[in-house]
Amino acid sequence: MSVGGSVGGNALMDTVVIESLEPLIAALQSAGYAVVGPTVKDAAVRMAEISSVEDLPAGVGDVQRPGNYRLAERGDEMLFDFAASPDSAKRFTQPPRQRLFRMRGQTIEEVREKAPRVALLGVRACDLAAIAVQDRVFLGRHPDPTYRRRREALFLIAVNCAVPGGTCFCVSMGTGPKATTGFDLALTELASPHRFTVESGSERGAQIVAAIPHRPADQGDLTAAEEVSRIAATRMGRHVDTEGIQQWLPAAHDSPRWTDVASRCLSCTNCTMVCPTCFCSTVEDITDLTGEVTERSERWDSCFSLDFTELSGQPPVRSSALARYRQWLTHKFATWYDQFGTSGCVGCGRCITWCPTGIDVTEELSAIRDGTGETSCIR
Amino acid sequence: MGTRESGSRPRMAVWKFASCDGCQLTLLDCEDELLSLAAEVEIAYFLEASSAVGPGPYDLSLVEGSITTPEDAERIRHVRRVSKRLVTIGACATAGGIQALRDFADVKEFASVVYARPEYIATLDKSTPISANVPVDFELRGCPIDKRQLLEVITAFLACRRPVVPSHSVCVECKLRGNICVLVAHGTPCLGPVTQAGCGALCPAFNRGCYGCFGPADTTNSRALNTKLRVLGMSDPELVRVYRTFNATEEQFMRASEEDQGPEEDRA
Ligand code: SF4
Ligand code: SF4
Ligand code: SF4
Ligand code: SF4
Repeated sequence: MSVGGSVGGNALMDTVVIESLEPLIAALQSAGYAVVGPTVKDAAVRMAEISSVEDLPAGVGDVQRPGNYRLAERGDEMLFDFAASPDSAKRFTQPPRQRLFRMRGQTIEEVREKAPRVALLGVRACDLAAIAVQDRVFLGRHPDPTYRRRREALFLIAVNCAVPGGTCFCVSMGTGPKATTGFDLALTELASPHRFTVESGSERGAQIVAAIPHRPADQGDLTAAEEVSRIAATRMGRHVDTEGIQQWLPAAHDSPRWTDVASRCLSCTNCTMVCPTCFCSTVEDITDLTGEVTERSERWDSCFSLDFTELSGQPPVRSSALARYRQWLTHKFATWYDQFGTSGCVGCGRCITWCPTGIDVTEELSAIRDGTGETSCIR
Repeated sequence: MGTRESGSRPRMAVWKFASCDGCQLTLLDCEDELLSLAAEVEIAYFLEASSAVGPGPYDLSLVEGSITTPEDAERIRHVRRVSKRLVTIGACATAGGIQALRDFADVKEFASVVYARPEYIATLDKSTPISANVPVDFELRGCPIDKRQLLEVITAFLACRRPVVPSHSVCVECKLRGNICVLVAHGTPCLGPVTQAGCGALCPAFNRGCYGCFGPADTTNSRALNTKLRVLGMSDPELVRVYRTFNATEEQFMRASEEDQGPEEDRA
């Protein structure tokens, strides 16, 4: 699925089993990667640099509902039994702020932004699909060299989901819960005894595996791993009927549901900020006190911002919350196909969980599709 | 960078009205940048920092504080007359400040409770922002203002460009900074979704909800936020209180504290 990336989906060696992640983490570190994985911070699973297995959230689960996220202590030995963390890979592929260039007097100085070698441990199938979506955006018709450098510096270690969250719908979007492509390594965590099956998806992935203790997977391991993904697929918290969505969603331009959802929408931008595929940004120009040095930088912006559609001297094109919400949902689920050939949504559920008022894209879509404009909300 | 001749540097003045001095202190707090700033502008009038008073006129006046007395209502006209550009700094100057809570009550009654001889107190019924008294060129929000934004505004005025001071919500900054959303993950009430950015989402970075120091964002839906805040357990009097702080008289916050009195079923 990924274009331009160096990673593919062919299994480069047979599936193996590792007993511990410690040698894997050490091997990645010696290969020069900062290993970033799930950790518990501020009562949430956050992606942060880890130094050993000890930093991973053993026995921690999450409960995700519209507008609500809580950790749940299970107390077992499982390290990855939770769904999407608020941090997607976007923070690494497209950082929130980046400098583009600097001018000293009339001279343009190139600013070469960092592309740190990072191994992302615990990437979900939906995240891999989201990276493929971003690849189409940033490496498609107008390739972005900075994105390419950052993307190539990322080593992706997927962990197949065993416990989808209450807002997940990757099955509807055809992106998960099992990682099939776009990874360097894909792990499935198994219990009693605690172990991981490991599949390599790239040459450099295979090299890392070759350098750590492992044994061939036996039939029992393979069946257990398949079972994890099979059960996970039956546990989706949400569902979307995408059939014909490219037609019926844009056609619902005048649905009464838009007014209804706009009454609940804060235009706060949280949905777009947490969305792993939303890529919109703005540029900001600043000068220093002397006026000698000028700098242009890029930062995340959102179609929910009022000034996002501001034109010089004119009122914003999309000045109502209704117009902004309609733009977002329609682009993400329908017109994205026209632009990039796929859906813009990978079903990770982040926008649902992290919307302060709990607006649920799956519920909005089904109300719009039914044409009822009906709501479960009492306003 | 070379220091410009004193005569050729733009002259800046800093004025104080009804306020706590916190925003002026933000300027003094620019320790690292103060020397470069002084190289570019002549700080001609700044009583908080120096008793030396350079005479007007001034190219840029920073005004802190709100108008609460008849004398100040006169004095701000003088400031406007001697200033080429006038920028208000902070919630008092921009929205009337915490002292504008008097607008919702009877100031004479307050005076009689607080002072032994209330007849000595000459004060106006309302605390008004500077813009209600004289034309203002730019309003910098915050209680207190953010140092980075203050330097950006001065720099922008020096370069004759629009300051990069976005009017979107605190949530944008919160996510850029990589904070966890305390509202969603902890159930902590937060005014971030209706508050203008500028502080860098400071409070959520320390696991606290936003207090609304920077006043309303460019687009707000407080009714929707209030519905959520009620779910989190806030009572109606509490809802009134959270919006009535440093920016109580800003129209959107005023409506937010009034529109949602009473449970859902009673409105419709
Ligand atoms: S629209 Fe929502 S569910 Fe879809 S990819 Fe974005 S955040 Fe995830
Ligand atoms: S959407 Fe699918 S792949 Fe993503 S976290 Fe949920 S179950 Fe895992
Ligand atoms: S849908 Fe939710 S998260 Fe998105 S802008 Fe509206 S209120 Fe904010
Ligand atoms: S913590 Fe507050 S400011 Fe930050 S995203 Fe959540 S609601 Fe917005």
